[in-house]
Amino acid sequence: MDKIQAQGVKKKFKLKDGQEVNNNGTISNEVEVLNGVDLDIRNGEFLVMVGPSGCGKSVFLDIVAGLTNSTGGSVYLDGKKIEGPNLKSAYVLQQYALFPWRNALSNIEFGLEVKGMPKEERTIIAKKLLSLFGLSDFWDRFPYQLSGGMQQRIAIARALATNPEILLMDEPFAALDAQTREILQNELIKIWEGTRTTVVFVTHSIDEAIFLADRVAVMTARPGTVKQIIDINLPRPRDVNIRSTPEFADNRHKVWDLLKGEVIKAQKDWELASVYAK
Amino acid sequence: MAGEIFGSKDEFKLRPIEISNNTKRFRNLKEKLSAWSRRFLLVFVLFLAWEILPSTGLVSPIFFPKFSVTVLALMNLISSGELLIHIEASLQRSIIGYGLAMIVAIPLGLIMGWYSSIEKYTDLLIQTLRNTSLFALLPLFIMLFGIGETSKIIIVFYAALWYMLINTISGVKSVDPLYIKAAKSFGISDIDLFKKIILPASIPSIISGARLSAKTAVMVVIAAEMLAAKSGLGYFVQNSQLMYRIPEMYAGILTLAIIGLSLNYLLVWLEKKATYWKGDIDTAMLVN
Repeated sequence: MDKIQAQGVKKKFKLKDGQEVNNNGTISNEVEVLNGVDLDIRNGEFLVMVGPSGCGKSVFLDIVAGLTNSTGGSVYLDGKKIEGPNLKSAYVLQQYALFPWRNALSNIEFGLEVKGMPKEERTIIAKKLLSLFGLSDFWDRFPYQLSGGMQQRIAIARALATNPEILLMDEPFAALDAQTREILQNELIKIWEGTRTTVVFVTHSIDEAIFLADRVAVMTARPGTVKQIIDINLPRPRDVNIRSTPEFADNRHKVWDLLKGEVIKAQKDWELASVYAK
Repeated sequence: MAGEIFGSKDEFKLRPIEISNNTKRFRNLKEKLSAWSRRFLLVFVLFLAWEILPSTGLVSPIFFPKFSVTVLALMNLISSGELLIHIEASLQRSIIGYGLAMIVAIPLGLIMGWYSSIEKYTDLLIQTLRNTSLFALLPLFIMLFGIGETSKIIIVFYAALWYMLINTISGVKSVDPLYIKAAKSFGISDIDLFKKIILPASIPSIISGARLSAKTAVMVVIAAEMLAAKSGLGYFVQNSQLMYRIPEMYAGILTLAIIGLSLNYLLVWLEKKATYWKGDIDTAMLVN
């Protein structure tokens, strides 16, 4: 059954007064970021979205998380239209976004605290997650005392603590160095293979996408739509060795072939910068 | 399981360098001593110059009594109890006025920061009032509220208000949107968002506003006491000058310096306590 259904999702951003952008020949004060995304995400699958910068992947996640409204179309979660943040989903952001005034343990407890779970219960859950990520000894550290990799582990633990039905991940490993990124990909896939939560994962890295995904959704350049969905039929459980198999390479070629043209298009799109100037 | 994947977590820990305890203690002591001597060197030079210059004839010992004479005057003022009365008067005025400013400014600032549309109406008024020299307003306050305690407390209140108000507003407004986004993704209510995110995130800014306005509060109370008062350190310094009690005047100034310095250290310490989670660069470097 489909867990999430996106139907014709559109998103436009208004620029500041006087700012203009060229939308395929027409000059406008609005940037069209998403132009009709249709995407069905199955229950328990690991879906990865790849696409050139500015194609609206992250905006799509924000819409699924209920943090922003689409300007057209709708997204359904379990058949119900998403109209605001809901307790079924949890979000992991690229910049960790740990609360600096809370220590590791209390950061993980945050979502449960918001839900109103009693202190003892949420501490038990948070401690379990700390030990799952091998960070038990660091429970009382504040974010500034933790490395990037450790901070992102805590951020993932914070999201998992609420036992979400869908986990949204917006380039969670992009800010990490290459080694730490691979280690975290391994940890994530191990944990996921144990829980089978529905995951929507956004990344720039084709390797990361193929290593993690059941299916990879390739996006077009802005305004983004889903160009094609590729099934990744690599066996599970997966480990580092899978990266050197010919099947892995085949998939990488497939995704890159689809993506190449879009990346070139996106790079020509200089006005893109104004999206971020918002 | 997860631990094996990324190796032992010991690699993240700080590895102490092996040194015998005695050497370490000795080195610490030496470092501390040299740090203290560096710190006090210039103040010591100042006191020394203060002591020597009056006897060289370069400055008049009558208008510029030696440091030792000043200290002696200070001791006498302390033992006679005269100084204490004035310290008490000044501190009482500052603390009451400051406390009132805090009670008003922080909640008001939180509301004004949270409902950003209020600021459109209030901004110009606040900027006008806050950028008008306090000292120009002193005669006005004295005229309106007399020369009693009320006028001095109101003056301190007014002086302390602005930094706290403005820093609280900007603290609330400059909360990293990323924290708000993360919190909202958990479906947080507006009240919880305020309590669990906005408030803790703006505390550093509120505290630094409180620190700045504490200094202003002490400064303005002295000025007010110089203009119209029968007690307080400002009155005492001014009066000593008029009465030609020059060493006593210097003793008063020295007292103010000591109070200012202690206040500053107290506030810095409080600021550090309240933002313990921020860490300083040193500790952050050690752990990573």
